[in-house]
This record gives sequence, structure tokens and C-alpha cells, in this order.
Amino acid sequence: MSLLSVQNVGKVFGALRALDGVNLAVEANSFHGLIGPNGSGKSTLLKAIAGAHFATSGTITFDGHDITLAPPYERARLGMSLKFQITAVLPQLSVYDNILLALQAGQPVWSLGFSKTRRVAHPNVMRALERFRLAGRADDLAGELSHGEQQWLEIAMALAREPKMLLLDEPTAGMSPQERRATGELLQPIRASCALLIVEHDLDFIKDICDTLTVLDGGQIVASGPTKQVQEDPRVKEAYLAHA
Amino acid sequence: MTASVVTAAAGPSRPRRVLPVVEIVTLAAMLIAPFALDSRPELVTLATNVLILSILALSFELCWGYSGIMSFGQALFFGVPGYVIALVGRDLEFSHIWGTLPLAMAVGLVLSGVFAIFLFIGRRTPTPIFIALGTLTGSYAAERLVSGWQYVGAGNGLSSIKLLQAGEYEFVEGTAFYFLALGCLLAVYLVSRFLTRSQLGLVLAGVRQNEERLAFFGYRVQLYKAIVFAFAGMIAGLAGALYSYHQGFIGPGNMGPGLSTMAVIYCLFGGAGTLIGPIIGTASIEVLSYVLADIDLVKRFWPVILGLVLLLVVTFQPSGLLGLFVSARERIGSYRWRPRRGESGG
Repeated sequence: MSLLSVQNVGKVFGALRALDGVNLAVEANSFHGLIGPNGSGKSTLLKAIAGAHFATSGTITFDGHDITLAPPYERARLGMSLKFQITAVLPQLSVYDNILLALQAGQPVWSLGFSKTRRVAHPNVMRALERFRLAGRADDLAGELSHGEQQWLEIAMALAREPKMLLLDEPTAGMSPQERRATGELLQPIRASCALLIVEHDLDFIKDICDTLTVLDGGQIVASGPTKQVQEDPRVKEAYLAHA
Repeated sequence: MTASVVTAAAGPSRPRRVLPVVEIVTLAAMLIAPFALDSRPELVTLATNVLILSILALSFELCWGYSGIMSFGQALFFGVPGYVIALVGRDLEFSHIWGTLPLAMAVGLVLSGVFAIFLFIGRRTPTPIFIALGTLTGSYAAERLVSGWQYVGAGNGLSSIKLLQAGEYEFVEGTAFYFLALGCLLAVYLVSRFLTRSQLGLVLAGVRQNEERLAFFGYRVQLYKAIVFAFAGMIAGLAGALYSYHQGFIGPGNMGPGLSTMAVIYCLFGGAGTLIGPIIGTASIEVLSYVLADIDLVKRFWPVILGLVLLLVVTFQPSGLLGLFVSARERIGSYRWRPRRGESGG
């Protein structure tokens, strides 16, 4: 059984049908790319999976649970994590506290009042910061980081609780070529424990790291399969690459 | 742990902190005040009132300053417990401190808890406007309800409230009541300080900045808000009971939008998100009101002068009086674990 299964999902905004009968399966520990021209429904689909809005029709199951109408916090507790398209670090908190906040999300409310978790969480916070090359900036405010560093911080936050699946919405937007390359390197090690569903405009980036690709156009799936095979699909070339 | 982690754990030197100094100075002033004002009993009464209203201001501070909940009806959780202990004194002739103060807190907790369920625990995320209007409407409706209810004194309220007792001792206005109010304020302050500096405080700091982000981490944000709101209602209930006993009176205005608005102003004037700011705001406004009302030249229009001063502060100094001395970084605080001497993480 797939880790994530999207079955016949539709999403309607007023008169606009943003998604129409979308089917998608993501296996555990795989990297799956979601591409398509602007307005094709990629971000809408990602948001429906993450719970930012609910699908109008169809079902979404994650790790055996029907999450179609589950609020975001329930999806997160099942092991799904999201990195927003627009950077959503907490700018007035330190880099350290941003990670700590992500890490302690699983703690019961009463235990947080006593702060016993702070000491226990410390090595994990520092490990996450080291992994994303931010340990030296632990005490800086997150808002003081460069755009690329903020993107890394947000990915580190999304990965802090070791999710089963990470949803990334355009993680390299606004990054320099060096930062894009570094982002790809930083993501590779998570494959051992986490699946990745990634929406990205940078085709070179997505081809480098994804095992499978799904191409959307006009809210419908044009092609889906192994990256190499999808790249060669004439319908994809027509629907997406012609726009690119 | 790697060497680099240890190095990073030590971190750079932390900026100088002003808030602890303000807290110590304020506490010292509060301890000295009743002795310094001994020859002017009316000023001891004023100071006691400041302490009680500071507890109300702290309850709003927890909602707005720490959790981003704009409660425009905080007086509701102050007034209703105030009425309850007045009625218990009148109808049951009971006013023992160990019974009535916890009762008032329980009433505040249950009432605000019911409101919290209505306001926060639903499928849809409530907007700040919904919260503000919901609490304001509750406060206004309660004021109107008691204004026309003879059993609770209607528009005249309840007066000659039975004195608060501890064994055979009866608390009347004066130094003893002052220290009782100070003890309550100190207890509320210390508990609030502990909670806001704990990991719970970090969650609330996150909620204030980006509620949606926290929901995607797995936090049930509205539950956190409901807990803080109910806790703040409990604190307001304690203040309401102390107010009833101290004034010997409770009226519809003590649960209406007027006092609710004052709680907002106390907090914003002193500096939200600092805990000590609302206490300084309450003291400043109450003392300024007292002084202005006593000056012949301005006694007829002192509320206008006070209003202008408040407007200027809120407009040009949105971080309040304390914002002049306390950096934004210090207000938000740091929740990092730092090793004590001879201790290492792990």
C-alpha cells in the first residue's frame, strides 16, 4: 500500500475547477515531483494533501488513515510535514527556538508548562541546525537570515520531528544556483526515512532528485511515472515543456 | 555530542536585560507604598485598587500580549465572580477567604471555559474580529442583563457586601487588604511568568507570529488559545472577588465594555508582552486619573486629557511605556536550554 494515496480528488473554487479527478500515489522513502505550468493545480493539490484546504470530492489517505477532512494538526501528528511556498519561519524568534518549536510539537500541553523537555530536546535541535549549516546562527533571529538560509531553516523545521512524508512547495524559489545545489545535497540523506512530495518550477533540480514525476495541466494529470519515462512523454512535452 | 555542538551551545553573550530590573523596582515600590502612604488612608485604598485592577490587566495581558487573543470582554470574567461572592455573602452569609476566593476563580474559569469552547473549539479557525466581537457582546449582554435583574440589585448593583474573613479576622480597607491584594498579584504574576517563560510560552510566541505555521507542526492552536483564555478568566475572577470585597460594592459597570476597555488600555499603555508592563500601565493611569481629578483647573475635563494622553501613547509608542526601555528581542525572550556550570546537554 502506498504511503500517500490521492483518489479522484477534485477541488472547486466558485466557477473554477482547480482539480478534476486527480489520482496520485507516493511510496514510502521515494522522492516524487509534481510539475506543471502555472495554474495547473500543483499547489492546490499540495494544499489539499496538507490540509490547508479540503478537497471538494474524492479521498486522500495517508499511512492507512483517511485524512480527506482532517485538520492540519492531525495530519502532522500522523507524520506529514509541510514547507510553505512563501517562507514561513517565525522571524521574531531565534533560529534555535524555531527548531525547538517544531521539535516539541508532539509533547502534551501539560508537559510544556514544566519545560522539562527543553534540556532533552537540546541535542536534537543542535543536530538539526548542524545538518542545515545553521548552528553558528542559533542565537540570531530567524528574520535576520538570508532568503536561502530561511528556506533551509524551514526545511529543517519541517524535518525536525522525523516525518514520514515531507511536502515541499517550491523550496528553491528565490535561491541562487549555489543554494539550489546545496538544497539538493541537503535533501538527499532524508530518503532513508522520509518520502518527499515536491512542487518545483526548476526542472533541472527536480530531475536530479526525484524518482517519479507527476505532471498536471488544467487540474488534471497528464502523465505520471518514473522521471525518465515522464520526461520523454510527448504529452508532457506539449503540455508543460512547451510553456517552460 | 560533537565539539561544534558544545561550542554552539555556549552561544554568544546575551543582551543586557532590563525587565528583571523593572520587576525588582516595581516590587520594592509596592512593598514600601503602604508604609509611605500610611498618613493618607485614601491613597492606600487607591494603591489597593491599583493592585486589584493590575490582576485584571494581567488576565488581558495573557490573552493579548502573549496569545494574540483580542478579548474585548475581559470584565465579564471579573464582574460575574464579583457578583457571585457578593450573593454568597448576602444569601449564605459566607465570606471565608479559603472558600470564596477559590469559588470566584472557579466561576471565572468555568465561564471563560464555556466562552472558549464557543469561540475557539470549532471546525473553522476564528478570526480576531470574531473573537473581539464575541467577547465584547458577552460583556455588553451581561451588563444589560444584571442592569434589569432585581435579584442582583438591577442598576444599583449589590452594596454592603459582607467583609472577607480569615478565621475571626475581617479584612477592611487598609494595609491588611493591601497586602492581601499584593500577595494575590504576586502569586498570579509568578505563575504567569513561569508559564510564559516555559515551553508553553514558546508555543504562544509562535502562535502570535504565525498561527497557521504552528498548526502544520502539529499544534492544536485553538486548544492552546482556549486554555490560555480560560486561565485568564480564572485570574480575572480572583480580581473580581477582591474588588467586590474591597469596594463593598459590585455593579453592572464592573462587567461591561467600559471596564473591559480599561483592561485593554492598561495593557497597551504599559506595554503588552512584558507582564510587568500592564501593572505599570494600570498604576500610571489610575494615579494620573486621581491626580487630574483633584486639580481645580482640569477636574471637569480630566477624562479628555487622560484620553488624549492614552491616544498619543498608543499611536506613537505602540509598545507602551516599557517599549522605551525594553527591546523587542527581550520582550519575546529566548527559550533555549543553556547548560549550567558543569552541566552538558544530552
